[in-house]
Amino acid sequence: MADGTQQSLHRLALVGVPNCGKTALFNALTGSRQKVGNYAGVTVERKVGTLRTPLGRNLEVVDLPGTYSLRARSPDEEVTRDMVLGQRAHESPPDLLLAVADATNMRSALRLVLELKRTGRPMVLVLNMFDIAQHRGIEIDIPALEAGLGIPVIPATAVRKAGMQALWEKLDALAAEGLPQATENNWTPPGALELRAAQRQADRLINAAVRPPAKPHTLTNRVDNVLLHPVAGLVILLTILFVMFQAVFTWATPLMDLISLGFDGLAALVGATLPAGLVQSFLQNGVIAGVGSVIVFLPQILILFLFILLLEDLGYMARAAFLMDRIMGGAGLHGRAFIPLLSSFACAIPGIMAARVIDNRRDRLTTMLVAPLMTCSARIPVYTLIISAFIPHRSVLGVLSLQGLVMFGLYVAGIVSALAVSLAVKMMFWRRAPSPPFMLELPDYKMPRLKSVAIGLYTRGRIFLKRAGTTIFMATVVIWVLATFPGPPPGATEPAITYSFAAMIGNLIHPLLAPLGFNWQISVALVPGMAAREVAVAGLGTVYAISGGGDAQIGHVLASQWSLATALALLAWYIFAPQCISTLAVIRREAGGAKWMWLTFGYMLALAYVAAFVTYQGAVLLGWG
Amino acid sequence: MELGSKPLTSGSFPLGKAAKGYCGCIDRIAPCEDCPGLPAQEIERRLIELGFVEGAEVTILHEGLFGRDPIAVRLNGATVALRRREAMAILTR
Repeated sequence: MADGTQQSLHRLALVGVPNCGKTALFNALTGSRQKVGNYAGVTVERKVGTLRTPLGRNLEVVDLPGTYSLRARSPDEEVTRDMVLGQRAHESPPDLLLAVADATNMRSALRLVLELKRTGRPMVLVLNMFDIAQHRGIEIDIPALEAGLGIPVIPATAVRKAGMQALWEKLDALAAEGLPQATENNWTPPGALELRAAQRQADRLINAAVRPPAKPHTLTNRVDNVLLHPVAGLVILLTILFVMFQAVFTWATPLMDLISLGFDGLAALVGATLPAGLVQSFLQNGVIAGVGSVIVFLPQILILFLFILLLEDLGYMARAAFLMDRIMGGAGLHGRAFIPLLSSFACAIPGIMAARVIDNRRDRLTTMLVAPLMTCSARIPVYTLIISAFIPHRSVLGVLSLQGLVMFGLYVAGIVSALAVSLAVKMMFWRRAPSPPFMLELPDYKMPRLKSVAIGLYTRGRIFLKRAGTTIFMATVVIWVLATFPGPPPGATEPAITYSFAAMIGNLIHPLLAPLGFNWQISVALVPGMAAREVAVAGLGTVYAISGGGDAQIGHVLASQWSLATALALLAWYIFAPQCISTLAVIRREAGGAKWMWLTFGYMLALAYVAAFVTYQGAVLLGWG
Repeated sequence: MELGSKPLTSGSFPLGKAAKGYCGCIDRIAPCEDCPGLPAQEIERRLIELGFVEGAEVTILHEGLFGRDPIAVRLNGATVALRRREAMAILTR
């Protein structure tokens, strides 16, 4: 029982350097009982879960962002520092720190433990991946480590049930006995001298307590000889990307068709059961069509994240950043921006959120600004509709399809413009500021674990669906209102939307869009298209009064009504147009200000206008008007 | 015995200039004071945090395609990637 001098254990925090297997340990402790959100006021991911010890105690556990020191050089690391020191507002301080170290590579972890000890908080060191260390023949004298550090040291293997036994027992024992009272906090931000001294002390401890294997582990090195080879490494990276895109676009199609069928069926059911009128229209065209058009991307997002999580767990992502650093650096981007930009091909929202891994604010902002230029999957419905309606189904050089080439060209245009914009940002705003350092540890390769990948996928999927259920739902409701009210006068002959606010806005902006070859119907369809790009397809369907027709039918009508120049201009417009309210909302939140959102909106709109103008006028000159 | 503040010895060779396969022992961490970028103090702390301390052995394992940059080095059983510009601060012998 806890007495006056002891504290009872309710809340633990996991602290450790990057790549120490902290997340795997968190997953092993909490299973799927996790809540992922943000810390108040900052965009740092807050991961909290509950665990149940074998003796049935419920404890709360927080997974703090990985850090090499409490010095805090990024918002993530500030959260870790404040949580450890108990200085974070609205968060109760952890009763116990679980310092996590990779048993195969303890140098930086032990230095961090020595630094953490100065905070005076009760602490236990968990030597994770203990099985790998044993397998490699690394001998660790745990009592010697405990004596040297002055804290309990527990070996653990987060990915095996049996490997967690000792830690569970320790937690139960601590919960029963109570924790030692926290002592005085002597921590101050360490300077180079202190860090050096701490690292020397850690190295001495390791020399005394750890015997390296007779034969060093070389598998990672041998694999790296191929994967980090200057030429072969890049070829392999490109191959992985190619396979990834194939998977995102081909494996997802059946599932996406199934989801659209489901939503179509639901809409038809609503149409059949409810009387025609506002309620029916709201449910059909507002709720079901709007939310359905976003949820349909869930398979693509899950497949993309499956690849990202697998590559991350394997230890390949840091290598991809290594291989791409120089190439991205040429355009003013950080090597780590590679992952966020890659994610943006599925959807800019997870991409912008993934930019959190970039600790330098300037690099993070540049990455967020250009992420929406990557061709996200919401553009695909628009691209396919227009391409299949206007680009002849013909082969080029015998093997390549012209339609496929145009699609490929649109992707390349997105990538090239993202690189060009980031270069321009660098030239305009940060010409004199030097680029920040690129330094990171390349972790040893590890087999990804099914369970941790599954938990990661589940969390991502849930975040996405939650967003579809809130922000995107609200946006679609607003747009539905614009497209529905005021209703058509009695005896109206035109489609109802032509009398609505959306049409008024569309007609208002039409003179501005006329130089791009856009007719008033396109201008009107662009208004509901503000919610999400693909909604414009449905918008066109509504304006042209095509009831119940599929995309093929819309394409047929478009082909007879638009010139090729108009179609090409609309494609050019869609490479750049900032038509996604959710992306803009996420930029505002992640960049920490509406300024960045408006900057993104403004520059993308300007680029879209110029690109569509040049395309249209050029095409007219070529006689395609 | 001449320990303590050791002057820059003529044998010190910056890791940033070394070729793939080079193996050396860290002599000093000496970031350039007037170079653009993070303050020298901060670069020094970050390098130490990644394990670049005096006496450690480093081997250049891999290098990038363009300008042979960045480099990946073996350091006490771990692999660390960094750009040659920052590696210039690591003097080895």
